[in-house]
Amino acid sequence: MATLEIDRVKKSYGQMDVLKEVNISVGDGDFLVLLGPSGCGKSTLLNMIAGLEDITSGEIRIAGEAVNDRSPKDRDIAMVFQSYALYPTMTVRQNIEFGMKIRGVPAEERARHTKIAADMLQMAHLLDRRPSQLSGGQRQRVAMGRAIVREPKLFLFDEPLSNLDAKLRVDMRTEIKRLHQRLGTTIVYVTHDQIEAMTLATRIAVMKDGIVQHFGPPQEVYDRPANTYVARFVGSPAMNIIPATLHVGADGRAEAAVSLPSGEARIAGIPLSAATLKGYHGQKVLLGIRPEHFSLSTTGLDTHIDVVEPTGPDTLAVFSMGGTEVIARLEPFAAAAGDRLRLAVKEEKVVLFDAATEARLD
Amino acid sequence: MATERQSRALGRLFIYGSLGALAIFYLMPLWVMIVTSLKSLDEIYAGSFIGLPKVVTFEAWAKAWGTACIGTRCEGLRPYFINSISMVIPAVILSSGIGAINGYVLTKWRFKGSNVVFGMLLFGCFLPFQAVLLPMAQVLGWLGLSGSVAGLIMVHTVYGIAFTTLFFRNYFITIPDELTKAAQIDGAGFFRIFFSIMLPAALPIIVVSCIWQFTQIWNDFLFGVSFTAGEGTPITVALNNIVNVTMGRKQYNVDMASAMIAAIPTLVVYVVAGRYFVRGLTAGAVKG
Repeated sequence: MATLEIDRVKKSYGQMDVLKEVNISVGDGDFLVLLGPSGCGKSTLLNMIAGLEDITSGEIRIAGEAVNDRSPKDRDIAMVFQSYALYPTMTVRQNIEFGMKIRGVPAEERARHTKIAADMLQMAHLLDRRPSQLSGGQRQRVAMGRAIVREPKLFLFDEPLSNLDAKLRVDMRTEIKRLHQRLGTTIVYVTHDQIEAMTLATRIAVMKDGIVQHFGPPQEVYDRPANTYVARFVGSPAMNIIPATLHVGADGRAEAAVSLPSGEARIAGIPLSAATLKGYHGQKVLLGIRPEHFSLSTTGLDTHIDVVEPTGPDTLAVFSMGGTEVIARLEPFAAAAGDRLRLAVKEEKVVLFDAATEARLD
Repeated sequence: MATERQSRALGRLFIYGSLGALAIFYLMPLWVMIVTSLKSLDEIYAGSFIGLPKVVTFEAWAKAWGTACIGTRCEGLRPYFINSISMVIPAVILSSGIGAINGYVLTKWRFKGSNVVFGMLLFGCFLPFQAVLLPMAQVLGWLGLSGSVAGLIMVHTVYGIAFTTLFFRNYFITIPDELTKAAQIDGAGFFRIFFSIMLPAALPIIVVSCIWQFTQIWNDFLFGVSFTAGEGTPITVALNNIVNVTMGRKQYNVDMASAMIAAIPTLVVYVVAGRYFVRGLTAGAVKG
């Protein structure tokens, strides 16, 4: 168990900067998810924490101690890989005990640790099989068992669920969460799946082009994304980003004017500091509205429903607003294609972004 | 229905017929060698080459192995067979071992310019034997290994590294790098990873490398005839001397038996390990 600090860390390969000054700091027992598309530098950062890649500049501290110059085995970490990376010619037991053997752990103690891990992950019956005889989920479990017996300060997961099918992915996700609850060890977890990030993390760092776009608790990342990139990346369907003009409303609070096919509409009472509002009066902005923050109402926006996508629990209604396509999440059977519906917006949930920089306005 | 079945049977007949004919054609020389080596010299000179022997005799084999004269020495192929064995075993182990380490470094511990190094090693595969003869003779002279089995071991090891490196490099590149990373985190070092993880996973390519090297080195004539003489020559050179230097009647039965003796080890190796050979050549990624 340990804290992890990533302090002004940079990584470049020759002229190319892969990571541009990353600052992340998490506490003991946190579950940090590095979230981003492929090529954003998240796996590179994880490899740097593990000691598998050099740090160009900056410092990484585990439990307060700088580990830049330590080799992977001296960092007190354990890692689970996307391809599981099980040693193909060894049995499950040998795979789990390999690290302990190298560290000179006596045989009885190795057996004890292996048994504890095997029981925890319900794989005692698999110990004498080889990786090739296991299913994807079982291999993943073995890889986790290999990490657990290390009793590390830090668990590192590199897209561990990407190779599993959808059903198994959800099961293993729960299993990882349970593991975290039981062990309480600090975890760093890399994924490109925003649902994994939301469900598992206590802290999310959304990354793009080697820069951390937003670092915060999942609910904050979801409710108040730092910019439109984060807003679009987290949540499914994504947050609607709608061009609008900002005004000071009659009550002195922010009010957005947005065009609809039926004419201009106003959304009043949007949370924004007075100082910012003053600067943006009459300016173009972007409205961020989550699909679930639309609801049927007699006094709402006058919309023409274009397409309806029932998902079972909800119906997604697509309509045009501010010149872009907007999705609203409504009750089943609440809408049909071609309907004219009045939709209200939960104004206190609306997020505003600068039209040029696309950064959130507070 | 009936006609379709008939035409299919006809097709089968054609396929197996031509396969059989070609097999007979290819096996003909072997057949001639075997039957000739089992005949007495009189019978050979009296009758045909192809027919079965009237009296089966292993005299020619015994002579080829133990008493045939090569130069002034009349001990048969036995000492040269032993020469070849004591050359081929260390040379195969050394060249395959070095190739394995090379392949491991070139895939899992890449360094700046490692691709250039690999490219140059690859170049060694296309280097004709004749091109290295003179420089190699010079080097052997400097090292004091001229004319010895040890010198031949060195020559074959050096020459073989290009091929064995190619084999192992192309095999190890299919083993995911994450395996090495996982082992590093487990605390394994360079050689631990090599011996505990990479080599056990590389069994098929080890077999390929060993068969390939064994065949190449055992069958080599040019290096043998260039760098050794007299009692130090490998069996291929000795075979040449038996066949080409004869007094009186040409002893076809002894020649054939000698050729068989010289060919048996490579045949045995291929028969014993051949199925691994094909499997190794076609092996893809190790499923982990």
